[in-house]
Amino acid sequence: MSLHGHVPPEPDLIQLLTPEGIRVEHPDFPLSITDDEITSLYRDLVLVRRFDAEATALQRQGELGLWASCLGQEAAQVGAGRALRSQDMSFPTYREHGVAWCQDVDPVTLLGMFRGVSLGGWNPNENNFNLYTIVLGAQTLHAVGYAMGVVRDGAVGSGEKDRDTAVLAFFGDGASSQGDVNEAFIWAAAANLPVVFYCQNNQWAISEAVERQSRVPLFQRASGFGFPGVRVDGNDVLACLAVSRQALDEARSGQGPTLIEAYTYRMGAHTTSDDPTRYRLTDELETWRLRDPIERVRAYLVREAGVGQDFFDALDAESEALAERIREACRTLTDPGPLSPFDHVYAEQTDELAAQRAGYVDYLNSFEGAGH
Amino acid sequence: MSTMSMAAALNAALRNRMEADPKVLVMGLDVGKLGGVFRITDGLQKDFGEDRVIDAPLGESGIVGSAVGLAIRGYRPVCEIQFDGFVYPAFDQIVCQLAKFHNRSLGQVKMPVTIRIPYGGGIGAVEHHSESPEAYFAHTAGLKVVTCSNPSDAYWMLRQAIECDDPVIFFEPKRRYWAKGDVDTDARPAPLHKAHVVRPGRDATLVAYGPMVATALDAARAAAEDGSELEVIDLRSLSPIDTDTVVQSVTKTGRLVVVHEASVTLGMGAEIAARVQERAFYSLEAPILRVGGFDTPYPPSRIEEEWLPDVDRILDAVDRALSY
Ligand SMILES: Cc1ncc(C[n+]2csc(CCOP(=O)(O)OP(=O)(O)O)c2C)c(N)n1
Ligand SMILES: [Mg+2]
Repeated sequence: MSLHGHVPPEPDLIQLLTPEGIRVEHPDFPLSITDDEITSLYRDLVLVRRFDAEATALQRQGELGLWASCLGQEAAQVGAGRALRSQDMSFPTYREHGVAWCQDVDPVTLLGMFRGVSLGGWNPNENNFNLYTIVLGAQTLHAVGYAMGVVRDGAVGSGEKDRDTAVLAFFGDGASSQGDVNEAFIWAAAANLPVVFYCQNNQWAISEAVERQSRVPLFQRASGFGFPGVRVDGNDVLACLAVSRQALDEARSGQGPTLIEAYTYRMGAHTTSDDPTRYRLTDELETWRLRDPIERVRAYLVREAGVGQDFFDALDAESEALAERIREACRTLTDPGPLSPFDHVYAEQTDELAAQRAGYVDYLNSFEGAGH
Repeated sequence: MSTMSMAAALNAALRNRMEADPKVLVMGLDVGKLGGVFRITDGLQKDFGEDRVIDAPLGESGIVGSAVGLAIRGYRPVCEIQFDGFVYPAFDQIVCQLAKFHNRSLGQVKMPVTIRIPYGGGIGAVEHHSESPEAYFAHTAGLKVVTCSNPSDAYWMLRQAIECDDPVIFFEPKRRYWAKGDVDTDARPAPLHKAHVVRPGRDATLVAYGPMVATALDAARAAAEDGSELEVIDLRSLSPIDTDTVVQSVTKTGRLVVVHEASVTLGMGAEIAARVQERAFYSLEAPILRVGGFDTPYPPSRIEEEWLPDVDRILDAVDRALSY
């Protein structure tokens, strides 16, 4: 038999809510969820999309230098984010605005680095949401190290609901090719760490289609490293929630890492600097528009849960209020002072750098009417 | 002779080498259909095919490591690193393999690999997109390191870098990509590692390279209005350094200010200062001064203009040098 003759079958997507909004069961991933809870997820999705759209608009108006939109990936992010318990830790890339939302990070906080007034600046431990990491894949190893600490602290497999802790590491289909990500897989497997690797396969890494990175579905990579991998419909918030919950539960109980591939689509440009018309067809966009992560939930709520127009009207108003708050707050994010670069280089400031700073103060003061 | 942007000049140089030598390959992230995020490889994949213009799987170590392998097999890869701050995953391959292979093989295997890196700040970007890591590479034996400041040099120096049988780290000042200039594609280019005196003067010497050459020239024009004639040298090559050209100038002016975006500590300015004081000690009328980035991480873009050397900071240093 030819070793290369074997073509692995395309996997089924784990799905609990069809694109038409019909609730379906999956034998391995039962999800007991009330209509109120689904309504709440819908609210998350809508508000995340509104926030994201506002940020894109702010970039167009020159208020942000750049924006990396999560349009189309809201379900993948909210499903995972809502599966976290308060003690769990998350390690995002630069696009997980929906996870930030679930972790109660104020959206305005995220704007700082895109406006160019900070390099991140929030405290990862405050909301258990790490700083955005731009260097692709680096954060997966940070997640591994954090999980090593969790294990040493005895916060895995204790059976205490509020103690056992999982770590959720995000990365993209492109980043899956980085050495760091593959080393993270190895470390997590070797020490059976409580890490859930969450790959949003949005089909593109800037202009490179996922086929550039892998000949097998990405989730199948996990088996070679010795832990389970699954592919979930990343545009189905219920499936993302159910699968993430399961994987996080198993991590907390000491069963080790999982790779979740959330199969989704980057509906927008890579960032506001990108021009996707140079490399992809609009047909593809149309196909994915039919699988919109928000429309299907709305269809379900209207048809199956009897949610009335009042709710949607109120949510519209809430969305607009959120957008307005973000708009105003963004415009008032102030520029850092000229001496701020010297501030946090070291935990223990060096005399040398302090002297350089003082020299710069003298220089600035040498200009007439200087005030800073 | 034609007028073109630096981006177009770099594209023309790549095209020229690909036409001349079937062993020349282009590889990097998004270099195919997209033409690279700065469009430097625009149209090359269409004209030379997917097997010569390769959209690499997403890993810088992979890009450079496989370029080393291609070189062992007799190819001449030109790698694109998307941004300065993303070269570090490839650092091991560059420093331990690419730089040392020729030496390790007692000269039997050449490494004619070019690594193009858009570098420097001033474009309002997020973190890792504005850095100046040239000193790391200039510090490494076995690598040649060059940088262009104008379209003509961009064209000729990239051609020469690709033709060079040693690995060349080719730094492109991304904020100057769109400035236009004359390019004479029939001219006889200067040697790759020769510095250029781009403005003659007698009172003090300014050495700059890459993105800072234009700023240094602005400073020299401003100084001229105040009656000081600054000689401006575009270093062009950071390893090897054309020390003779710098020493010759300083012998005449007696004063030297070195300008770069990179942090001053152990930057190119430190090396140049050391060499000049060794060779022109008695010509010096003032200490050699450096104007560069501060010894901090590159700041958020809203204050990058204050962090980066500008005309005022250069003139401040010139004044100090002249006041000795
Ligand atoms: C080490 C490194 N190399 C290159 C880049 C430039 N870059 C930013 S995003 C990106 C594509 C990432 O694709 P993927 O991992 O699929 O995530 P997505 O952007 O689709 O969410 C690239 C190449 C980077 N940020 N880090
Ligand atoms: Mg992607």
